[in-house]
Amino acid sequence: MSTDPMAEIEASFFAECEELLEGLHDALNTLAEGGGDPEAINIVFRAVHSIKGGAGAFGLAPLVACAHRLETALDQLRGGSGTVGPETVGLLYRGADLLQDHVRAARDRAIAPHDDAVLARLEALTGCGSPAPAPDVSFAPMGLDLVFEDEGEASSEDPAGCDVAAAPDAGPRHWTVRFTPSAALYTSGNEALHVLRTLCGLGPASVACEIPEDLDLGDDAAEMPRLSWRIDLEAEVERAEIDELFDFVADICTVEIAEALPPAPATSVSGQAARDFGATLLAAEDANDTSASPAPTARGRPAGPDAATTIRVDLERIDRLIDLVGELVINQAMLSQSVSLSGSGNAEITAGLEAFQSLTRDLQDSVMAVRAQPVKPLFQRMARIVREASAAVGKEVRLRTEGDATEVDKTVIERLADPLTHMVRNAVSHGLETPQRRLAAGKPPAGQITLTAAHRAGRIVIDVADDGAGIDRTRVLEHARSGGLVPPGVALGDAETDNLLFLPGFSTAERVSALSGRGVGMDVVKSAMTALGGRLSITSEPGRGTTFSISLPLTLAVLDGMVIRAAGQSFVIPLSAIVETAALTPDVIRRVGTAELMHIRGELVPLIDLGARLGFRTATEPIPSGIVLLTARENGARTALVVDAIMEQRQVVIKGLGAGFGRMPGVAAATILGDGKIALILDPADLVQTRGPDIALAG
Amino acid sequence: MSLRILAVDDSRTMRDMLKLALTSAGMEVTTAEDGIHGLEVLQDAAPDAIISDINMPRLDGFGFIEAVRRIERLRAVPILVLTTESAPEMKARARNAGATGWIVKPFEPHKLVRSIRMVTG
Repeated sequence: MSTDPMAEIEASFFAECEELLEGLHDALNTLAEGGGDPEAINIVFRAVHSIKGGAGAFGLAPLVACAHRLETALDQLRGGSGTVGPETVGLLYRGADLLQDHVRAARDRAIAPHDDAVLARLEALTGCGSPAPAPDVSFAPMGLDLVFEDEGEASSEDPAGCDVAAAPDAGPRHWTVRFTPSAALYTSGNEALHVLRTLCGLGPASVACEIPEDLDLGDDAAEMPRLSWRIDLEAEVERAEIDELFDFVADICTVEIAEALPPAPATSVSGQAARDFGATLLAAEDANDTSASPAPTARGRPAGPDAATTIRVDLERIDRLIDLVGELVINQAMLSQSVSLSGSGNAEITAGLEAFQSLTRDLQDSVMAVRAQPVKPLFQRMARIVREASAAVGKEVRLRTEGDATEVDKTVIERLADPLTHMVRNAVSHGLETPQRRLAAGKPPAGQITLTAAHRAGRIVIDVADDGAGIDRTRVLEHARSGGLVPPGVALGDAETDNLLFLPGFSTAERVSALSGRGVGMDVVKSAMTALGGRLSITSEPGRGTTFSISLPLTLAVLDGMVIRAAGQSFVIPLSAIVETAALTPDVIRRVGTAELMHIRGELVPLIDLGARLGFRTATEPIPSGIVLLTARENGARTALVVDAIMEQRQVVIKGLGAGFGRMPGVAAATILGDGKIALILDPADLVQTRGPDIALAG
Repeated sequence: MSLRILAVDDSRTMRDMLKLALTSAGMEVTTAEDGIHGLEVLQDAAPDAIISDINMPRLDGFGFIEAVRRIERLRAVPILVLTTESAPEMKARARNAGATGWIVKPFEPHKLVRSIRMVTG
């Protein structure tokens, strides 16, 4: 399958744009912190400049136009003290956002965004005056570009062959060109010979070298240009074309171009001799060992942290690799099981299989690490959401991030984007108070949102914290009661009240703002997290603020779980969800009304028969004895799940259920066990929270 | 024998495009991502021509060209500056640094190839 190389480069260009924009934002953050840093402005400039260059090559006109205006404004800022005022920084952020939108529009072949206001304001602030028209995207070569009329023949230009016969009258025009190079022509790596050849390529010409009588051929004089050439050229060209040839060397030589009547024959040396002189000149230069070559002095700042050697790999290949390794793990487990069932008991085989298992695990860990990425780009996206959201509601908000470098599997990062966006928007519009109220409460007028990411207990934990007014529990309860979400007369603790926010259709926003308040926010977020095997919890302190805490598995690919049996079926429960296991004996069971509870460690914990809960059997009273798995919810409340038996503890490869199944409460995914059978992976926290009728899994 | 070219540009996209355009014309292309890297590469290389961007981190095009010109064996190697900027002051500055020619981005591959052939003679 052949791919178009230009298309590949274009795809790679868009990836490069995202990297450049990331660096650009880092530099803008440095500028925003104040303290002046000229290199930061340079970094921003170069990022925009590179984007513009690549965009031009692919003919992405709107992107070029936007980048050009930004670049011009940045050029004005460069070379200054390095300090940039807050208003300018704010505009630069918005300009960068606009540029990003242009990049994405170009990449997705969508309509380019319109926002002249930002760029116009930036131009005004940086003193650009009226913006220069965007440069002509079509190629405008300077110098050394000629139309070769007979390219095939002319390419082997031999000045000796340029001697001309008598010139005809009509058609070609007669030009006389006098060309005297100065020293600078040679020091720029130009070569008179090349110029002469190119001129000769325009048409039949004779070249005469004018040698001054007092020409010094000694070594010392070798680098002083004294020669000049006269070229009589016959070509159907305009004067401008000849001018263009000399364009780049125009001020490092003397050129006189005249249109002549049929020329008098040249009196001095022929082209061959000119070439000889050229050779002599070069030889003399080579022999003249004048300058030493000092070690090149490095300019600019020292390099930043050394980029480790990296290669770029197609993501598809990595995904495939991870899938294959997953299959390998399943296969290894099945092999182990078969061997132990066949009862061969051969010590060598057992040892071999253990080694195999250990290698497979290591392989899996290494391969998963390849796809792990830092959360930083995600957090930077949130920074933009904060900027836009705060502008939309008229609040000043600062975003702080911690743990940018925390890594998590790519699959998880992608699924985090929407929920985080929701939560950040909520924090801006509902969590934080208006500047006036903040001042009245003795807080700084700018609200603060903090995003943190960290690894904890084999999972990744992301917190979205605001320093706003906290959850107004009275209002929340009222709203819930009036909406029928909480039956009258039931008292709820603080944590339970907070969790009301996760109920579908719940929203206490008085007005539906453009951002949120339609009541779809938090429950959608919650189910998105649960679907990933994650958890979402809230803590809030009135007057101080609210923190949402997301906990997610590090990868959506594998999981350490406990294989259990309930109602004759095998299920897998993530180990991270199990607090402890215990035997269920009649003497620890207590009855309160219709509910059955277990007395364990001085605590009374609700009992749930897993088999019945999943609909495999009707709930029997009393609950049969068996084994109990103690699980905990985010708010710490515990539940005891009754299962028939615990089979084993092992790592399983997570397989999605497929689109056809929709979302089943309590079921996160599925896996294939060592015996080749499919087992559902359950999410206990979700399982015990589900209200309403038991889940009809059996049906 | 094919021409050996060193292309210096901090944009990966640009390096890829230069490589594509020039190798299609039968040239051998080495790349570097800024002036310092370019000088490192030049320690072991003797290209027939150099193409360089202006705006690069660590060492920009001007600094790079001046440094190249100070290396004895590279005093006369043709250096083409490839950049989006076209102001006359830029051109003069590049030439003063020692640049041989100036090509404005976006470039057309066959024109770039012709220019290289012309300056390498």
